[in-house]
Amino acid sequence: MSGASAITRFLLRRLAHAAFLLFGVSVLAFFFSTFAPGNYFDDMRLNPQISAEQLTALRADYQLDRPMPVRYIRWAGAVLHGDLGLSFAYNTPVGPLLWARARNTLLLTGTAAVLVWMLALPLGVWSAEKLGRPADVALSWATAVLLIIPDLALALGLLVLAVRSGWLPTGGMVSVGSDGFSAAHRVRDVAWHMVLPVAVLVASALPVLLRHVRAAMAEALQAPFLRAAEGQGISRRRLLLRYALPAAAHPLIALFGFSVGTLLSGSLLVEVVMSWPGLGPFLLEAILARDLYVVIGAVLLSTLFLVAGNFVADLLLYWADPRIRAEASRR
Amino acid sequence: MEPVIRVENLVKRLAGRGLGRRVKAFTAVDSVSFSILPRATLALVGESGSGKSTLALCLAGLERVTSGRIWFEGRDLAALAEKELRAVRPRLQLVFQDPASSLNPWWTVGEIVAEPLLVNGRTAKREGHARAALVLEQVGLAAEYLERRAQDLSGGQRQRVAIARALILEPKLLILDEVLSALDCSIQAQIANLLVEIQRAYGLAYLFVTHDLRMAAHLADEIAVMSGGKIVEQGVTQDILRNPRRFETQSLLAASRVEPEAM
Repeated sequence: MSGASAITRFLLRRLAHAAFLLFGVSVLAFFFSTFAPGNYFDDMRLNPQISAEQLTALRADYQLDRPMPVRYIRWAGAVLHGDLGLSFAYNTPVGPLLWARARNTLLLTGTAAVLVWMLALPLGVWSAEKLGRPADVALSWATAVLLIIPDLALALGLLVLAVRSGWLPTGGMVSVGSDGFSAAHRVRDVAWHMVLPVAVLVASALPVLLRHVRAAMAEALQAPFLRAAEGQGISRRRLLLRYALPAAAHPLIALFGFSVGTLLSGSLLVEVVMSWPGLGPFLLEAILARDLYVVIGAVLLSTLFLVAGNFVADLLLYWADPRIRAEASRR
Repeated sequence: MEPVIRVENLVKRLAGRGLGRRVKAFTAVDSVSFSILPRATLALVGESGSGKSTLALCLAGLERVTSGRIWFEGRDLAALAEKELRAVRPRLQLVFQDPASSLNPWWTVGEIVAEPLLVNGRTAKREGHARAALVLEQVGLAAEYLERRAQDLSGGQRQRVAIARALILEPKLLILDEVLSALDCSIQAQIANLLVEIQRAYGLAYLFVTHDLRMAAHLADEIAVMSGGKIVEQGVTQDILRNPRRFETQSLLAASRVEPEAM
């Protein structure tokens, strides 16, 4: 029943879930990408300078001639040792290639996640407090409109604005010649380039989160114990922030894990449209070239981010909700 | 003697609300008048839907009244703004029917009981918790309960916590809204006796809202019978029990199988 062992068991259980999920995704990613017709070397058959024997040798080099389960086991064994395989196109290990792009994707999604929650929480609480009043109705309409616009249209629209106005960079992550910039200048340059993609991500994730915050708060505000607290003369502000918000925290923290997933998948798309050097364009390029291990690695890495997001959510939940703590220590 | 609270012609109409169509407005409380003297208990008895709980919420300032006056400490609560009302609330506390839902499930008993004191006054945290321990002891809960959470307590213990939370502000009037009905029979008697003790110790006035005439008879000096939003019969407890004039009173009497001679 001690606190330390309870949290250890709770974490271990969640970690086991995460490991199982990663395993499942790796199997599916591996098998689906190998089932897809063709492989990286098929295009070379049309090239008169490469002979059939050379092709067979190449395929044997990369072990593409072995049966699929054997390849999976060999690959999975290597992954456990930190080796994600070789990229056909770059002829270098997949790991470092992926990591260089993943950092950029994390920068984008991390910033967007922080911003979108900083907006969704206060706006949702405020909206729930004004439930049904003109301010709440107006906000609901605004989010509904935002919800209807597809991410892609939003991204293209903002790009058009940026091009027309010339106020913001329209793609990439750094300006030409940024290598010569000072450190502070470089940070500012990257931040400047982040404005558009982050804006698209925030705008696309905000409506859903805002609506969930509003609904959770509206429900929490109905709780009888809030009525009781109101009767004791406790201020509205304290009721909202110290009573209703913790009561609404449970669904919202679970939603946080989910929001990491939506932001990540949204980010892959936005990166392609705004030529942000992240996982998105890299994955697209790898899929088109059938660069097998890069595709699987990118999918696996995205899953890992998603799992990590949910893991953080679980931790927060454990910290925020004494009922979960009690439940965990009882087991 | 000056009454603690005097209610004059209180009316609460619930606005008709519905999607697309107008629903007729419903008068939940219809021209109700009564007063309660210090240290006295008035039982408000009625079937469910008779408007007694709405009336309790109006008195506690949790529902705005449609018309009428609520005199308390020389002021008309019905006319006060929300901010002024908050200053009055410590002296007029409401205890709810279901202690399971009226206590914050995220907090410990100590936090729940000390909260009104910490928020309303300029009490230091340490002193607040000391006072909470004291009040909890008065309602029969030892100091070991301070760290427990409401969800780990029994129904009777929870209701004791709810009563302690109301008492810590040293109110003049306690509105008890069906506080016994969610409890088992044996626990009901315990809490009822506790209420009598506390009334003596604190010199409180009670408004005891219930559907159970037997309990009302046990606790109250006066009984007011409510039906359809109106008080249809009101008088000293003994008189009401011995000589119920109205059909509503007689049926409530029959429902609680009370023997007038035994009173």
